[in-house]
Amino acid sequence: MGAISLRNVEKTYAPGTGAAVKVIHGVNAEIVDGEFIVIVGPSGCGKSTLLRMVAGLEEITGGEIAIGGRVVNKLEPSERDIAMVFQNYALYPHMSVFDNMAYGLKIAKLPAEQIRARVDKAAKILELSALLERKPRQLSGGQRQRVAMGRAIVRQPQVFLFDEPLSNLDAKLRAQTRIEIRKLHAELGVTSLFVTHDQVEAMTLAQRMIVMNAGVMEQVGAPEEVYATPASIFVAGFIGSPPMNLLAGRAEGNLFHVGGSVLALPQSAPRDGPLTLGVRPEHLAFAANGLWTLRVDLVEMLGAERLIYGRAGEAALVVRTESTSAAPTAAQLLHLSVEARHLHWFDASSGRRVTP
Amino acid sequence: MVENRPAATVLAHLTLILGVLIIGFPVYLTFVASTQTAEQIVQNVPMSLLPGDNMIESYKLALMGGKTTYGGNLPPAAPMLWVSTVTALVIAVGKIVISLLSAFAVVYFRFPGRSVVFWMIFVTLMLPVEVRILPTYKVVSDLGMLNTYAGLTIPLIASATATFLFRQFFLTVPDELVEAARIDGAGPLRFFKDVLLPLSSTSIAALFVIQFIYGWNQYLWPLLMTTDESMYPVVMGIKRMISGGDAATEWNSVMATAMLAMIPPALVVILMQRWFVKGLVDSEK
Repeated sequence: MGAISLRNVEKTYAPGTGAAVKVIHGVNAEIVDGEFIVIVGPSGCGKSTLLRMVAGLEEITGGEIAIGGRVVNKLEPSERDIAMVFQNYALYPHMSVFDNMAYGLKIAKLPAEQIRARVDKAAKILELSALLERKPRQLSGGQRQRVAMGRAIVRQPQVFLFDEPLSNLDAKLRAQTRIEIRKLHAELGVTSLFVTHDQVEAMTLAQRMIVMNAGVMEQVGAPEEVYATPASIFVAGFIGSPPMNLLAGRAEGNLFHVGGSVLALPQSAPRDGPLTLGVRPEHLAFAANGLWTLRVDLVEMLGAERLIYGRAGEAALVVRTESTSAAPTAAQLLHLSVEARHLHWFDASSGRRVTP
Repeated sequence: MVENRPAATVLAHLTLILGVLIIGFPVYLTFVASTQTAEQIVQNVPMSLLPGDNMIESYKLALMGGKTTYGGNLPPAAPMLWVSTVTALVIAVGKIVISLLSAFAVVYFRFPGRSVVFWMIFVTLMLPVEVRILPTYKVVSDLGMLNTYAGLTIPLIASATATFLFRQFFLTVPDELVEAARIDGAGPLRFFKDVLLPLSSTSIAALFVIQFIYGWNQYLWPLLMTTDESMYPVVMGIKRMISGGDAATEWNSVMATAMLAMIPPALVVILMQRWFVKGLVDSEK
């Protein structure tokens, strides 16, 4: 029912004029019913625009969007069978919590007792039952956020759209709400599209994630897959905290020259030209006789683990280690090694991954 | 801000008290005069500053009209108060309704020449009644609206100020609210009625006060276009009670009418003030 198809979707502002700006370049995606999809990317990558096109708040200037098998390009938002949760919640300030949740149903001319039943049920799920008579300004940020979700739930739509709904909450509440959203999704099983710039949110919430950059889909896949095999330099640098170490170097024959040391290239890598090597901070290990010699600049203590920032020749590196061993000190020299299976190779000019 | 400077406090209070006296004394004088008889006012020089015992008679004469002590005939103020009330109400309500709708159109609809329309409305700020009074008179007279409520109110209803104020207010309403309403399936008029109107209530209250007083105090326009005594507003009526030349003026009734003419705007200010202060407190986050 709630499947979404994006077929070569494009968005151009001011089309046909000299000032035309293309912000979405042909996005293709098939989202199956009941899936939780997170669209993640830096600001200005077009992720919100894409969501608003699905919602019907932005015109689709190219391609097609279908919801539940029905092309919705020309339909009003209210006819698309969707519900949206906004970043600032967009609650009607003069209406009570009940009226906020019931407004869409009243417009749809549902019978009063049915409205009452749906709102009560949603309020119960979201623990808002005691707050139904309050005005939005009398609620905390987290409560307002739940009212906004309640307003989406009562519509019983085919698709939920979330536009960075957690970015106005403090860190603790955000983590808590993340879990609540997952539970809610497990309970209701409604297809959800969730936009965020926060890769932690994306990793924790998504069944599949779409990584976007500059209006282009860089990669689509399960969080584990995206983390383990990033499809491009951009994804490698964007997903993961701290991000993957990226080292630019040159391939010559079957050898790769980087940071004053030489590595053997895998079979599938090109034999000549510029390459970028990626290594996750947790895959770098200290060894008695390593590949690189790291000169420690700074050590960050995070509790269970420790981030060590330093330089190996020209290249800046981050290493993540458990904090059980003794902390290295600044200017200390350490040897680093890495297993070949943890190396990621990217074509430096196209930015795409070259090894499987 | 906490300040503890007695001298400054005293000075501030003195200034304020002086201000109150400057405003309050003429009003008090009007009241005192309205409670005396016409002879007392004219014969005692200077006039007594204590209320007299003729209050009921003065106000009765002012309201109902009738024979004065000098034998003149005084028109009743009651119908004039009615004309003023109707005029001020129609002007205030009309201005608010039209401004709300035109601001709504200018802010929320994209139509060809939108900014031209807005600037045309804005430019009319420079054309108050006094500037366009002769052409307006010609139009109203050709339409046969002299000596009618329509003639008294319609030329004064269009308001660039109010349109501009509502436009500024609508621009502060977050776009997400509009979008949420669209997703909820509310059409433009539904959104206007259910969301914008309740949110504008404080601005509407403030504008109602200002526009009611504006309508109530109209003098020049009614003076020009009413010739029938039954269509005189009270502000004009007061002027007409002061007879020039040899005829004696019934000052106590003039003052009583003046007092009566002050009451409705004062009431509107006092009642609405409470209301919009409450609105301001409510909207505080």
